[in-house]
Amino acid sequence: MPIVLYRVDDRLVHGQVVIGWGKPLNLGFIVLLDDAVYASEWERDLYRMGMPPDIELRFADLAEAIRQHPAWQAEPANGMVLTADVATMAAFRQASPPVGRINLGGIHHKPGRTPRLPYVYLSEEEYRTLETMQLAGTEVTAQDLPTTQPVPLEGLR
Amino acid sequence: MSEGLRGVVVAHGALAGALVQEAERISGQSGVLIPVSNEDGGREEIERRIAAAVDGHPSVVFVDMPCGSCFFAAMHQAREHPGVKVVTGVNLPMLLDFVYNHAMPAEEVAERAAVKGTDAIRKP
Repeated sequence: MPIVLYRVDDRLVHGQVVIGWGKPLNLGFIVLLDDAVYASEWERDLYRMGMPPDIELRFADLAEAIRQHPAWQAEPANGMVLTADVATMAAFRQASPPVGRINLGGIHHKPGRTPRLPYVYLSEEEYRTLETMQLAGTEVTAQDLPTTQPVPLEGLR
Repeated sequence: MSEGLRGVVVAHGALAGALVQEAERISGQSGVLIPVSNEDGGREEIERRIAAAVDGHPSVVFVDMPCGSCFFAAMHQAREHPGVKVVTGVNLPMLLDFVYNHAMPAEEVAERAAVKGTDAIRKP
C-alpha cells in the first residue's frame, strides 16, 4: 500500500492523528518528519510513549524522508507522513514526488497567520506555497478528522 | 495563589476548567489549581500556557492523556525545570488529594496523586 495520508499538523502525534485517523485508515506506521525531533533522542522517546502497540512510529529528517519515501510506498502496511508545518511538507513534496494529496489537519495561530478555519491558520506565504503545490498537481484540503467534510484549498483563501 | 506547590491541570478543550471547578467545589479550596486548555493552540502555544501557569514555581502538572500535545508540552516544562513533576490520567480523586497535600515536596505529592488516581479506577 502507498502512504495513505500526508498530513500537516503542528501538534504532531496526538489523539486525532493516532486514533481519529489511525483506526479508520488501519495505519501500520506513522513517519514523523521533523528535523528537530529526529535530532533528539529524548524527543523521540517521548513521542514513542504515546503510540499504541499496533502502529509503529518512525522518525526522519528531510534527507532521510526523501531517501526512504519509495520504500515506505512499497510497504504492505498503510502509512502516514506527518510534518509540523507547510514548509517542511512542501520541501518533501518537491524533492520526493509523487505526493497526490496533502491534508491540513492542524495549523494553529502564530504571528503573521490569519484564521482560515478553527483549526487552520495560515500566513499569506504559507497559502501561496500550498497554492503552488496544488497548481503543480497535489490536491490540498483541510480536514481535521475523517468524519468531517474536507475543505478545498480555495475555501481557505 | 496559596502557599505550596502549584497544581496545573492541562487537558483537551473545557476539561481542565471543569476538573478544577469541581475540585474546588468539592474541597472548598480555591487558588491551588490552575486550568490550562489546549484549545486552539499548537505545541508552542500550549507550552507557553503551561509555562505561564507554572511561572517558575515548584509544581505538579496534571495531564489528561499520557501522549499528545498536552503531555509533550508538560514534559518539556519538566525537563527544563526540575521542580516540575508530571502526572498523567488526571481525575478528580488525584486532584483532591493534591489540594490537601500540596505543602509536601513535589516528587512526593506527585507520587501520592498517581497512586490515588489509579486507586480510583475500579470495576465494582
